[in-house]
Amino acid sequence: MSDPVSTALAGARHVGYVTIEEAGPVGMITLRCRADVAPALAALNLPVPGQRRIVGAGARRVAWMSPDEWLILLPPADVARATAALTAALAGQPHLCADVSDARAVLHLHGPRVREVLAKACPVDLGRMTPGEMRRSRAGQIAAAFWLEDDRTATVLCYRSVARYAFDLFAMLARPGSEVGLFD
Amino acid sequence: MSTRLARGGRLIDRSAPLDFTFDGAKLRGYEGDTLASALLANGRMLMGRSFKYHRPRGPVASGVEEPNALVNLGLGARSEPNVRATTTELFDGLTATSQNRWPSLAFDLGAVNGAMSRLLPAGFYYKTFMFPRQFWKHLFEPVIRHSAGLGRPPRDRDADRYEQIHAFCDVLVAGGGVAGLSAALAAARRGLRVMLLEQGAGWGGRAPVDGGTIDGEPVETWIRNAVQALESLENVTMRVRCMVAGVHDHGYVLAEERIADHTPGDGRPRRRLWRIRAGRVIAATGALERPLAFAGNDRPGVLLASAVRDYLVNWAVSPGDRTVVVTNTDDAYRTAIALHEAGLSVPVVLDLRERADGALPQQARALGLRIETGKGIAGVLGRNRVTGVQICLQAGEGAVLETVDCDAVAMSGGWSPVVHLWSHCGGKLLWDEAATMFRPDPARPPTGADGAPMVACAGAASGALGLAECLAGGHASAGGTGPAPVGVTPDEAATEPVWIMPQGAPVALRDKMWLDFQNDVKVSDIQLAAREGFTSVEHAKRYTTLGMATDQGKMSNINGIAVLSQALDEAIPQVGTTTFRPPYTPVTFGALAGEARDGLFQPLRRTPLHDWHEAHGAVWEPVGLWRRPHAYPLGGETTEQAIRREVLAVRQAVGMLDASTLGKILVQGPDAGRFLDMMYSNVMSGLPIGRCRYGLMLNEQGFVMDDGVVARLSEDSWLCHTTSGGSDRIHAWMEDWLQCEWPEWQVFALNLTEQFGQITIAGPRARDLLETLGGMDLSSGALPCMAWAEGELAGVPVRVYRISFTGELSFELAVPANRVRALWDRLVAEGAALGAQPHGTGALHVLRAEKGFIIVGDETDGTVTPHDLNMGWAVSRKKADFIGKRGLERVALSAADRWRLVGLETLDGAVLPEGAYAVADGLNANGQRNTQGRVTSTYYSPTLKRGIALGLVRHGPERLGEVLEFPTTEGTRIRARIVDPVVYDKEGARQNV
Repeated sequence: MSDPVSTALAGARHVGYVTIEEAGPVGMITLRCRADVAPALAALNLPVPGQRRIVGAGARRVAWMSPDEWLILLPPADVARATAALTAALAGQPHLCADVSDARAVLHLHGPRVREVLAKACPVDLGRMTPGEMRRSRAGQIAAAFWLEDDRTATVLCYRSVARYAFDLFAMLARPGSEVGLFD
Repeated sequence: MSTRLARGGRLIDRSAPLDFTFDGAKLRGYEGDTLASALLANGRMLMGRSFKYHRPRGPVASGVEEPNALVNLGLGARSEPNVRATTTELFDGLTATSQNRWPSLAFDLGAVNGAMSRLLPAGFYYKTFMFPRQFWKHLFEPVIRHSAGLGRPPRDRDADRYEQIHAFCDVLVAGGGVAGLSAALAAARRGLRVMLLEQGAGWGGRAPVDGGTIDGEPVETWIRNAVQALESLENVTMRVRCMVAGVHDHGYVLAEERIADHTPGDGRPRRRLWRIRAGRVIAATGALERPLAFAGNDRPGVLLASAVRDYLVNWAVSPGDRTVVVTNTDDAYRTAIALHEAGLSVPVVLDLRERADGALPQQARALGLRIETGKGIAGVLGRNRVTGVQICLQAGEGAVLETVDCDAVAMSGGWSPVVHLWSHCGGKLLWDEAATMFRPDPARPPTGADGAPMVACAGAASGALGLAECLAGGHASAGGTGPAPVGVTPDEAATEPVWIMPQGAPVALRDKMWLDFQNDVKVSDIQLAAREGFTSVEHAKRYTTLGMATDQGKMSNINGIAVLSQALDEAIPQVGTTTFRPPYTPVTFGALAGEARDGLFQPLRRTPLHDWHEAHGAVWEPVGLWRRPHAYPLGGETTEQAIRREVLAVRQAVGMLDASTLGKILVQGPDAGRFLDMMYSNVMSGLPIGRCRYGLMLNEQGFVMDDGVVARLSEDSWLCHTTSGGSDRIHAWMEDWLQCEWPEWQVFALNLTEQFGQITIAGPRARDLLETLGGMDLSSGALPCMAWAEGELAGVPVRVYRISFTGELSFELAVPANRVRALWDRLVAEGAALGAQPHGTGALHVLRAEKGFIIVGDETDGTVTPHDLNMGWAVSRKKADFIGKRGLERVALSAADRWRLVGLETLDGAVLPEGAYAVADGLNANGQRNTQGRVTSTYYSPTLKRGIALGLVRHGPERLGEVLEFPTTEGTRIRARIVDPVVYDKEGARQNV
């Protein structure tokens, strides 16, 4: 019998010159609203990120997705309560608040050359990217969003259906022997 | 004989010998050799045969411009044709074979083409093979393809892998010669992010060969210090073996890095494509020496003067004991002096100019070298090797004054700046009469999005050939502050334009003067093209194939343009150049494809149940990028047999389908109902909460573009199902209208396709199966047809839709994607006792066709309206507007004779071929048989035990009972009767229980 909850890659891990690992389940909420969402987020003890930023710490984050869209990351067990709280706080304001915890896969990339491996897949200026910055871009041929946790660790989000592609892509690009040294 | 000298060779390491083979012969070179230098060191001047006449050819250059020395490198999965020996770094075990020769390189039967060269002039193919046309296809082309051509494409899959990387910089310097180093230093010291890319394996370009001093030190010392300084700077990225292939709009630069060409199989990617956004590009790409046009200038042993010097200084290779130098520049005297100083003989320097009094000629004279001014070469002696030259007056017609024995000829016809990167985005050139070159016109640079110049040329690429100018130009181009490095070399006198040697050469000589060595284009061919009216340089190029070989005319174009201008009696700038296009040198397809091969060729979208399907032997159907199970063959079943079994399982018991790929778009907001009334042709705003409605989406033209079931979730939210291939497209379509047309509407659309796995349970036992799980009341009272409910089944949260695409009692279960597998496994376990079977899209298609349900993409093709599908009921007449309403009102879309949906029942029960046409009487204007309808879907129905089909037929629904004829590709005809599209359970009793 299968696990009651199974993420796209069942926690797969690959060790190259950067390690790629699928995270366990992550709670995610998409919030869309044109009005000020700061009070609603504050009620959840969450700040509002600026344009192209991700704020918060640990398992509780808010990422800026577009001028009227945020992605809230939090422990899966908190999603239902948080969704209800946001919906209540924004009552009367046109908005959309939906549980999207299962729509995406979450990959962690770890290693001193994590920027370089991202640069092989994503048309992004990794040399100028700093922790706290959130990019919605592409990785190879798929849409992907990512941010740096620190100089050695990145988190990549992609849609669940292409998680295998994303994993295999980064595993290929992190194969020993293909080090570039671009940001060394 | 060419040979290795006992001393010297700045690039080779004599303590590191390397073994390699050429045409099977075991040879030896040194670390630092190129394949060309190593072959020359082994006495191998003959390296290939020309494209058209199979002329024997040796290297003429020492770098990327080489047209002749092309070989097939490697074996099997690492075999690559048309590799330039001059830029191939030697490695131990290298295997090379010559190309375009039979039976052997030294004795080639194809050379008979050369003997018949008078019969193969420019445009020969066009002229000769126009008629009769079938001769071209079956006779001429196969013969030409056999006798012409260079290397053969590899047959095995490429054993190597490739990758790409994205980089960003303020200044990209292309070329790591002294100008490039000077530019990179200047830019880096300003604190800019700098990338410095060099196509060769080392830094410094050709300055170390040409000599001089920089800031009072030998050139090589300055280069070493400059490289060290740059390496120590954080803001500089430096790559060797990295060729800048092209400059594109918005500072987008592509460069190809050769990582493991010289270390095959070491586990590294073979090549890497750099995709760079550069604020500004400095092209320090140097210049290429031009050959001279004289009779026999393609004989092995005739080389560019700079190449002779390179082989001598870099690799300690002499092209022969006795080298005649022929030149119109002072620069070539460097070669004469270098040869003399290496202890080799220079029997004579033939200077085409009347005077040779510059510093270098005087130095040569002082060394005792014989210099003949105003003289040139009338002919070259020897066949596979130069054995001597005939001297003539340059001003005359080629009368032989003297014959000089020699083994090699070093020629210099002046230098052409490498302006490719300047020109790729529209930088203009000007003809510099004094320097005899096209050089970048600084007043007309390529401009970026801000209107500012985006490329600057520095050093020889700008036309500044001298060492001092190269250093100063590099420094200035990067906005350098402080003093530029100071270079000192002897002054050089001006070159003189010489395009044909001797200037009055008769046709017998012009017919042996090669311009494009690789494509065998001669002076006489260009002149013929001009006489025949090909006066545009672009036309003459295509007519003669000048510059169209793998070297893209790097050596030949300027000489060809000059000869054309003489033939047309026009000035060179009036003739102009052909267009410079990327890439600068060929880029391998592997690098362009990058990692996108095998499993990464294309992203496949996998449903949350993908692994289960794979483990249960699913045959896949691609739907967009998704892979959906088409059928699950059991035992020895064929796919067709599996589909029949799966259809009957749904009709008789219960089937399980993975419907996760269906698009699911949540539309929410105060204006959501109004918005959906625009998106769909029917009314969605009035749908009661808790209910579902099938809807059609039209494009502006009124044609069906998508369909699906819409569920009203709450007062202000709807969930729209789209086709499997349509979710991204329809979501983008909605956003397009919301963002661009109705930005003031309060509506949000969110694509939730991936949030939910979806399982369809359909069949007479569907409710029984779900009730074994427990948790929800799924009775028809609690959940009637076209209703939905939320709850839990087997402890898993689900939203259950009572919708049917099969005509059976049917439930669609939407489940959070991470939990759908658990529910599926329970259903499989519980379903066994009820005869439940998983089924794929193959069975689904049959089941829906039996019910006459359309599939967007089968029954529609972008030209089909709802009325054509007898779905006028789904087109609201009450709504003031919806997308496609105006389109539908066009006369052609409401014409009475449009093809409309019907069922087709073959008289003998056969299955109609897919896409077959029903013929009508008579012929159309093209003499083709008239048609009156076509098959859109066709299957064997195991339920009815005969073929069933849907089709679009003119006046179709008004012609029930008529018999149509469908010719097949086998020449037979199938007769089918027009029937109602619904051939099973017309009244819908089975789903309504």
